[in-house]
Amino acid sequence: MTRIATYLNTATEAAPLAVFRVFFGLLMLVSIIRFWSYGWIDKFYIQPDFHFKFYGFQWVQDFGVYTYVLFATCALSAFAVTIGYKYKVAIISFFITFTYIELIDKTTYLNHYYFISILSFLLIFLPAANYFSVDARQNNKANGHIPKWSIDSIKLLLAIVYIYAGLAKLNSDWLIEAMPLKIWLPSKFDIPFIGHLLGQEWAQYAFSWIGAAYDLFITFLLFYKPTRSLAFVMVVIFHVLTRVLFPIGMFPYIMIVSALIFFDARVHKKIINAFAKALHYPKNLLKTTERIVQESPNRWGLKHTIIAIFFVIQIVLPWRYLLYPGELFWTEEGYRFSWRVMLMEKSGYAQFKIVDKVTGRRFYVDNSDFLTPLQEKQMSFQPDLILEYAHYLRKHFEAQGHQNVGVYAEVQVALNGRLSTQFINPNVDLTQEKESFKHKTWITPFKDEIKGI
Amino acid sequence: MKKIVALLVIVLAIYACSSDDNAGGSDTPNNVMFDRSALLENWADNIIMPGYEDFVNQATTLEEAIDTFNATPSQATLDVLRNTWLTTYTTWQRISLFEIGPAETVGLRLNINIYPADTDQITTNIDNGTYDLSLSSNRTAKGFPALDFLLFGEDSDATIIAQFTANPNAQQYLSDIITDIINLSTQVRDEWQDNFRDTFVANDGSSVTASADRMVNDYIFYYERFLRAGKMGIPGGVFSGTPNPQNIEAFHNGTISKQLFLEGLDAVQDFFNGVAYNGGAQGESLSSYLDALNTVKDGVDLNTVINNQFNTARSSVQALGLFATELEAAPPTNFLNAYDQVQVIVPLIKVDMVSAMSISIDFSDADGD
Repeated sequence: MTRIATYLNTATEAAPLAVFRVFFGLLMLVSIIRFWSYGWIDKFYIQPDFHFKFYGFQWVQDFGVYTYVLFATCALSAFAVTIGYKYKVAIISFFITFTYIELIDKTTYLNHYYFISILSFLLIFLPAANYFSVDARQNNKANGHIPKWSIDSIKLLLAIVYIYAGLAKLNSDWLIEAMPLKIWLPSKFDIPFIGHLLGQEWAQYAFSWIGAAYDLFITFLLFYKPTRSLAFVMVVIFHVLTRVLFPIGMFPYIMIVSALIFFDARVHKKIINAFAKALHYPKNLLKTTERIVQESPNRWGLKHTIIAIFFVIQIVLPWRYLLYPGELFWTEEGYRFSWRVMLMEKSGYAQFKIVDKVTGRRFYVDNSDFLTPLQEKQMSFQPDLILEYAHYLRKHFEAQGHQNVGVYAEVQVALNGRLSTQFINPNVDLTQEKESFKHKTWITPFKDEIKGI
Repeated sequence: MKKIVALLVIVLAIYACSSDDNAGGSDTPNNVMFDRSALLENWADNIIMPGYEDFVNQATTLEEAIDTFNATPSQATLDVLRNTWLTTYTTWQRISLFEIGPAETVGLRLNINIYPADTDQITTNIDNGTYDLSLSSNRTAKGFPALDFLLFGEDSDATIIAQFTANPNAQQYLSDIITDIINLSTQVRDEWQDNFRDTFVANDGSSVTASADRMVNDYIFYYERFLRAGKMGIPGGVFSGTPNPQNIEAFHNGTISKQLFLEGLDAVQDFFNGVAYNGGAQGESLSSYLDALNTVKDGVDLNTVINNQFNTARSSVQALGLFATELEAAPPTNFLNAYDQVQVIVPLIKVDMVSAMSISIDFSDADGD
């Protein structure tokens, strides 16, 4: 107990967290502007007639054209976080708006959006605007020290992301077949300098193995002072490469900037001093030589309990797949929220048959009547989306006056270079199946075996 | 010290890449650097451009037949006209799938072969004598389906010949339709020859906007929408539950829908295999691309699977009677069974082939999960 108390009272310089806050806010602002400028708000959130919902979040709706207001609020919050203005309100507002956007449609789920959601949740509880912020300037107080656990918690979250991403790569497809990189890399032949290497088998294996090793060990190399600078160079090279090779948006930059948190305060103060000079930020507010004496000793409080529970969930959640029978990559039961990134080349083709269960009259649906191309593509290999869509179709056709509607899915899915096979039992009326956390028995079992985690 | 190490790593990395560059084109057996520009050249020079050339020539022959018929409407000139129409319509099935570049710009397929034809609109146009065929509202009143109606729309040939005898409006309409077809297809052919061929071949990268990726997307779209659904699925009632025999291609002729479908299927398979338009020599193609990838994948020979399914689909459709006759059955079981074989190809090209080639169908960020 005393050790925990001592740890909670250990202070450290605030500069690393302040730098993290500034870069995080900036990148979020850029991300939203980028998303907006590509017309994706309209394309992904406003245009679709129908959104795929996360289980338990069916109540989340888009606001039609006012969805832009949601994005604008999110962008403003990101800006307020960057400058550290009314930080608490800003970061809570960012967390809520960003998470809400992600909950509107499951189609656009990406691990890195989830990462941003939980990171901004964690930031709510961290004193990230104590130092080098509008708030600090208005208080006119040089508050250069913060509890050490606040910086450690970000490091821990990064460690979880990387290590779980690495563990997820320890499977036979990735290590022994070099899949899916064997499919993805050769198609990138037109990339400067390294394009001609990507078609070669040894390069595909090298990328697979180095990628797995990188994910598993990079946090340790960043943690250990003698290897830190080298590790950071590796972070930059790795993420720039992934940015060049794959369409993964802002994520590489976020990870590069996040890794800065591992450096000690000296580096961050240099960064802050550079900014401060340009912004005429008062120098006396940046002094950290005098130790701030904490008014009352830091005790275990609600904040700490929430963060502890948060981390327990983060550590346990990726293992939930063990509760389900069958191959994880195939059924995707327990696949999301687990840092399983870049692991699968999976695509499918889904046809839905509407049957009048009394007369036997039947016809097939043209999916493009109801779904956007992206929705159709994502739906065609994810069982929970297939089920939700089937229920949507039943409601649609019942509203049109059809009776005794049964919906049957004929789906072919290809995974990591295997020939496509049947994915859903075509004899099961999906309108009779309910979404739940239980195993979906109507998924046709995977024909092959993928060994490993 | 740390900086030195970091610098060393970077230098080594750069050296590793550049030293390989100097070694020139590597020829390790596992190298699958499939040459996309050779693929694009084969498509452009041996398949697409000869196709347009042939079609424009055919259409000109059709124009001559129309002129002859208009000059002297008779059973003999009508027979010649009908035969030429059929030949040209069949040639069209060979080029309909290339809706990319100039063809996409002018909307060639939309303007030449949207069926069923709007017979009321055609009659109104002829009666009025004034119309603008370039309007999108007239798309169902022109092209091959309109000719189908005009040349086969009556039970007796005598009635048809009578309709055109001493009827300048009707004769003019025939001429205007073929002029429209010739103008549009000539425009597309010329644009390919003048500019687009080089643009197309030069765009040999791999991205959603690269020629190969675009072409594959358009190819799949054609197969799914126009060949599978348009020629069989919709008339067979696959999407509505009841057959719509009036929606078969060349409905008024009534006997050639199957033949036109089979020609389209041949065109699709030949394109897949890179078979030259004139002569049948094989060049780089989707099939050879898949073969190149398979040597690494060491998996199932997808190329063979797809070709086998093309053949299965062809023989199932060949075994059918006339589409119009098949669709009289309720339900048209044989027709639908043949359709199922045509359908099986869709996931093979849309999922397996595209996945093997890492060609994306829609663009947005992804993290591969």
